[in-house]
This record gives sequence, structure tokens and C-alpha cells, in this order.
Amino acid sequence: MNIKLEKLSYIYNPETPFEKKALDEIDIEIDKNEFIGVIGHTGSGKSTFVQHLNGLIKPTSGKLTIDGKDITDKETKLTEVRQKVGLVFQYPEYQLFEETIYKDIAFGPENLKLDKDEVHRRVKKSMGLVGLDFEKMKDRSPFELSGGQKRRVAIAGVLAMEPKVLVLDEPTAGLDPSGRDEILEQIDRLYKEGNITIILVSHSMEDVAKLAGRVVVFSGGKIMFDGETREAFKHSKKLEELNLGVPQITKFMQKLKEKNIPVRDDVLTVEEAKIEVLKYLRGKAND
Amino acid sequence: MENMISINNLDFSYNEEDKGVKVIDNLNISVKKGEFLVILGHNGSGKSTLAKLINGLLTPTSGDILVENMNTKNPEEIWNIREKAGMVFQNPDNQLVATIVEEDVAFGPENLGVPSEEIRKRVDKALELVEMSKYKKHAPHLLSGGQKQRIAIAGILAMEPDCIIFDEPTAMLDPTGRNEVMKTIETLNKKEEKTIVLITHFMDEAVKADRVIVMEKGRIVLEGTPREVFSQVDTIKSLGLDVPQVTELAHELIKEGYDIRPDILTIEELVDAI
Amino acid sequence: MIKDITIGQYFPGNSFVHELDARIKILISFLFIITLFFIDSFVPYLFVLGFILLVVKVSDVPIKFIVKGLKPLMYIIVFTFFINVFLTPGTVLFQFGFLKVTEEGLYQAIFMALRLVFLVAGTSILTLTTSPISLTDGIEKLLSPFRKIGVPAHELAMMMTIALRFIPTLLEETDKIMKAQMARGADFESGNIINRGKALVPLLVPLFINAFRRAEELAIAMEARCYRGGDNRTRLNELKIDKKDIVTLVLVIGFFGIIIAMRYI
Repeated sequence: MNIKLEKLSYIYNPETPFEKKALDEIDIEIDKNEFIGVIGHTGSGKSTFVQHLNGLIKPTSGKLTIDGKDITDKETKLTEVRQKVGLVFQYPEYQLFEETIYKDIAFGPENLKLDKDEVHRRVKKSMGLVGLDFEKMKDRSPFELSGGQKRRVAIAGVLAMEPKVLVLDEPTAGLDPSGRDEILEQIDRLYKEGNITIILVSHSMEDVAKLAGRVVVFSGGKIMFDGETREAFKHSKKLEELNLGVPQITKFMQKLKEKNIPVRDDVLTVEEAKIEVLKYLRGKAND
Repeated sequence: MENMISINNLDFSYNEEDKGVKVIDNLNISVKKGEFLVILGHNGSGKSTLAKLINGLLTPTSGDILVENMNTKNPEEIWNIREKAGMVFQNPDNQLVATIVEEDVAFGPENLGVPSEEIRKRVDKALELVEMSKYKKHAPHLLSGGQKQRIAIAGILAMEPDCIIFDEPTAMLDPTGRNEVMKTIETLNKKEEKTIVLITHFMDEAVKADRVIVMEKGRIVLEGTPREVFSQVDTIKSLGLDVPQVTELAHELIKEGYDIRPDILTIEELVDAI
Repeated sequence: MIKDITIGQYFPGNSFVHELDARIKILISFLFIITLFFIDSFVPYLFVLGFILLVVKVSDVPIKFIVKGLKPLMYIIVFTFFINVFLTPGTVLFQFGFLKVTEEGLYQAIFMALRLVFLVAGTSILTLTTSPISLTDGIEKLLSPFRKIGVPAHELAMMMTIALRFIPTLLEETDKIMKAQMARGADFESGNIINRGKALVPLLVPLFINAFRRAEELAIAMEARCYRGGDNRTRLNELKIDKKDIVTLVLVIGFFGIIIAMRYI
């Protein structure tokens, strides 16, 4: 699975007073089995970007190819594209509509005209992936669940399409810390089980730092940075100029380094920081 | 100092028959005038129910809530209570009524029967306080989440309350919106001397508070200044809440036997400690 | 896209027409509609056209906004035109197969089409020059004498305000849910009527559930802001009828009177 965007631009309401350039000649290539964190402000173009990935909106100009197929080509079947690239919107729990959890998750596979056994297999598997007990939950109404559980049902509904690329737009918005951690753990597990590309759109630098190997920073409809996560968060000044910032722990380590304390400045998590600081403190004690 | 809000032996369950499931369980809190109190808790800890109880949108199963010595159980005083203790909710979209910003801000005082010229003054002042005067003729649906939430705050300010209860006001906002709203809340507390009760699950919003209460299953489990509360790293984590990353690191280092203050909240403090 | 639809749009300004009291404008629009239905020949239409052009000029609303307001109704206007052209009996002008175009039919068709165009153009000036709030306030005030016989004037006005406030929000939400279901392979664009109808279920169910949730939250928020019905409410901008409103109303009534009188002369 390879997604390639070349000089892709998108303009909302072209030729009206409300004209707005949401994406401005974007070039990016996404390979299989990547974990990409997409960060940027509201209005930076990141949502427009992810909606292109499965053909929900079409570029105003430029080219988007998925596995070599141009999606603006009339020959390309959009249903096929949407099956390959699954998209989980913000607050996905507000799209649930069926009487039972089973039926809601089966909606996608049924649209793919799969046979009954295959639908059943996929529903069961997706529920497992998001940590919902199949036997206990399948016949319950999705509307009597807690917010976090509803969201997992909605994510399972997209996973049941068995996409090769899973795009999640702010999957933890509005959840409390434990709900957030559960969802992030499941995403991480899903990725580690293999054979899937994950694109995580998030405002939370901490979440991106923990999970993604590659970071893409959007601002004003352009890609400002695209590279390894560690590399990205080294540029804390630049990110702060874009009002984005870096994880608190990364910033802390950079401050230490500024004080000429010999530690790494590309630390992403508390665990890594602990190892680094301990190394320094022990070294100091031995002097 | 005088109490703005006193909560005495408060019990609450949603279902009359089902008194076993208490959402609020024998709660006692007093909020001082001018205080900035943060109530932390994960979803389902009873914190949002508490907010609705203080505003008289729900009535206690037993016990009392007094807002400036008015009891929320007394139907005659309910409107005075709502005037004195305004409330801002989570979803900015679902609390704006009118199609034009200034008309929305005017909604509260209009309901109170305030004369037109006085409403005009209050609306202008409230919009200035939340730094949204520029947008007074705009349609709310074209504004950002943070801007909408500030309009909602202005709408409460125009009723001239002494106290404002915020029920997870930033949960649906992006980081920019969260900063805008938190800055506004701080200004209201420091400059306008409004009593603030902020209900949230974001620990970083609690750092600036005078006092933090952590709730679980309708009860208080931790209470104190932000430093006192956040130094209990293990308890907080076991409740499904976060502590600042530097506080967590300090805690880990203490466990390894290093002599560091347990109540570190900011990057600078930890840098100094090391 | 669905978001681009604008309903009851207001063109802000401070022209003479904008400044008129909403009640006067509603009354004038009402009288305008009645007058239109009294007209039975083309000459009074010239007066109506003149009236509309004059009001548009004074109101500073670009004429293209009025034309834009006509667009969604174009189908109805064209439909009415053809119904009249083909279905009015009389002297046959020409004939395509079984379809006959009569002299009377052509006359009637042009006449009816013009009536519709004037109707829409005239009333759209009302919504273009009156803010939704003044409009609902105006309706509330005009209906309030009927409250004694049980017309819920305040409630109706409040409902209109809230509807106007939430239409853009709900349109945006429709757009979002539609995209989300399309991402799960839903197809809203092909198939016969029954299949298309079925395809709407995954869109309408969440939309309704969300609308109810919003309604509940809004009701609580309104209660927290001390809303308790229309009694003793004051307004930020009280409607005020002054001399210029009265003079305008009298002049317009006179003018419409002349147009109606032309029918009987």
C-alpha cells in the first residue's frame, strides 16, 4: 500500500467571497506499515488532507495516487479506495445508528457485499481488536454504552472494513485520561500486530511522541515538517512558533541540556527521560 | 472569609428507588468567596452532577447546598441562585441561543428583565472581558470553538454573577481554544474577583488553582493545594488521572533514592532540583 | 456541498430600509403579497417592478442577492410556466403533437411566472434587510394581541430563533455524518428510490439522536441562564416605531391602494 500526493491543492468554495485555500501544493508519500503522527492547528489543512486519503474530497489540482492508481481517474472505484483506507472521524460515536453493536459494526462489511460468515468473522475480530467482549456485548444497544465504549464500537466499525491504512482524526478528543490511554493502547497494539499503516491526527504532542515513528506538521495548508519523530521534536522553538509545542518532558530535557548538563535532547517519554537523568545523576555521584 | 457555596452532607442518586447507587455520597465542601477551586475526576466520578446540583438544575436527594446562603431546594430562590452562580457547559455549540453574538450574550439579562440600556452596557462589558468585542455582530457558528466558549462565558458574565461554575469547558476544544478559555477564567478570578469552580479532567488546568479536590465515586479522595495533591502521584494515577510529566519524573527519581522535592509542578522547578 | 445552502440570509447594512421597524416591514410584505394577488393585468406589474427596484436601490442590497434568492425557486417558476402554457384552453397559437400552446395560455403563463418572481423578490427583501432577531421579535410583537385566544406568540418566535441558530450547525453535522458513513462504504448517490431511501437511515438516525441530545443540552443551558418563558423578558434592542415608520407605512398603503384600484377602473 503506497499513497502518494503530488502538488496537491484544495480550495473550499472556489470563486466565491468565501474562497479558502486549505491545502497548498502538498507533496508527501506514505509507505506501508508506517505510523505517522499528523499535527497542526484547527484550520491548518490536516483534516482536509486526511479526507483526501480515501477520496471523500477530490483535489482541486495536483495528483493523488493509491497503489499507483490515480483516484481522480474515472476508472478508479472509490468504494475500493475506501475499503483500503479506513477513516475514523472526530467524535465517531455520533455516527452510530443501529439497534445492536453487532449490526452497527457489520454495516461496513455488508456494504462491501461480503457473505454472512465473512461479516460475522470480521465483526468478531474487530470487537476483539478494540477490547469489546463479543458474546457479552454484541446484542446490546450501542446507545447505552459509556462515551469511551461507544467510540470503540465506532472504531471497530471502520476496522471491520479491514483497511490497509487506518486514519484516526483526534481519536481521544473529549475522553478522560484513562479512556484516552485505553484507546491509544489499542491503536498501538493494532499497529504492532502488523500489516497496517496508521495515520494519527492529534493535538496532543504527548500521544504522538509515544506512538508515531514519523511526524508530519501542517500549518497554513502546507507541510512545515516531515520526518522522524525524534527529529521533529528537536525543533521545539520552531514548533512553538507555530503554537504547537513539544511534550513537557522533551522540553524539560532540552532545558537541562541548555544548562550544559550532558543529556540527550531528543527524549520522548518519561521512561526515556528517567534513564537519561539517572545516567547523569549516577555519573555525577561517581565523580 | 464568607462562604460562596456550602455543601453539607450532600447525597444524590438519579433514581428514587435506586438509592443504593449514589452519584454523590455524603459530600461536604465549602467554597470561599473569590476562591479558584478545581474539581478533578474521571468521567463518571460525579463531578458534572455536582455542578448541576450547585446551579439548582438538580435537587439533592438529601443534604443541602447553599449558594450565598440561599438553599437550592427553595423554589423561590432558584432564579436568584442561577443569577449569582452562573454555569458554563462543555459543548459550546449547545449553549448559544441566538444567531448574533451580542444577542446571545444579552439572553441572560433579558431573562432577568434588565432594562435595555443596562443590558447594552453589560453586553459590551462582558464581551470586552472575554476579548470578543470585535465579533459582536458575527454569527456564532462561524467562530472557532474557543471563541464560542468565550461567548458562552460572556453570556454568563452579563448576568453579573459572583460565582461561575465551569463544567469541563475545554474538553471539546483544541489546544489554542483551551489556552484562550483558561486565560479568560484566570482573568475573571484575579481581576474581576469572581469565585470559580472549575470541573475538569485535565490536570494542567488544576495547576493554577487555589485548591484542588479530587473526586471518585461521589466522594472526595484528595484535597489540598495543587502541590499537595499532585505530590500523591500514585494515588492520582490509580484514579485514572494524569500528573504533569515533570512531576512524574521527579516521583520516579525519588523512588530511585534521590533527594528531590515531591511537589514539583513545572519544568523550571525540576531543572533547579537537578 | 450541503454547507453552502443559506437560509433566511441577512445582508447587514444601515440603509433606510434596514432601519425601518421590523413590524412595519412584515406588515408591508404582507400587504405586498395581498396586492400581488389583486393584480389582473400587466400595467400594474410595471408599478410593482418599479416599487421593488426602488426598495432595492434604497436598501443598498446588491441586486444579485435578490437574483440568487430566486434560483432555488427557478424549477417551480419554470414548472408553473409550462403548466400554464400547455393546460390553458383557448385560441391555439401553435401545436407540437398533443401539446397545444394557446394565446391565453401564453399570457397566463407569463403572468403567473411574473407573479411568482415578484412574490419571491419582494419578500426576500424583507429577510435580506431584517436581522433574524428583529424578524422574530417583530413576529412576536405582531402576534401578541392574539395571545388571548391562545396563540403562543413568544414560543413561536423563540422556536424560530433557535431553528435559525441551529440550521448551520445541523447542516455541518449532516455533511460530517454523510462522509463518515461513506467512509464505511455507504452509497448515497446511486440505486433506485427505495434503495436511496434505505441508504438514508444511517444518516437520519444519528442526525435525529444528535439533534435530541443538542436540544436537551440547550434546554438545560437556557434554564441555567434563567430562561422562564416570555413574561417579564426585556430585550437588548427594543423595537421602536417612530414617525418615519408611520409615514412609510401610510405611503406604501396608498401606493398599493392605487395598484389594487387599477383592477376596478
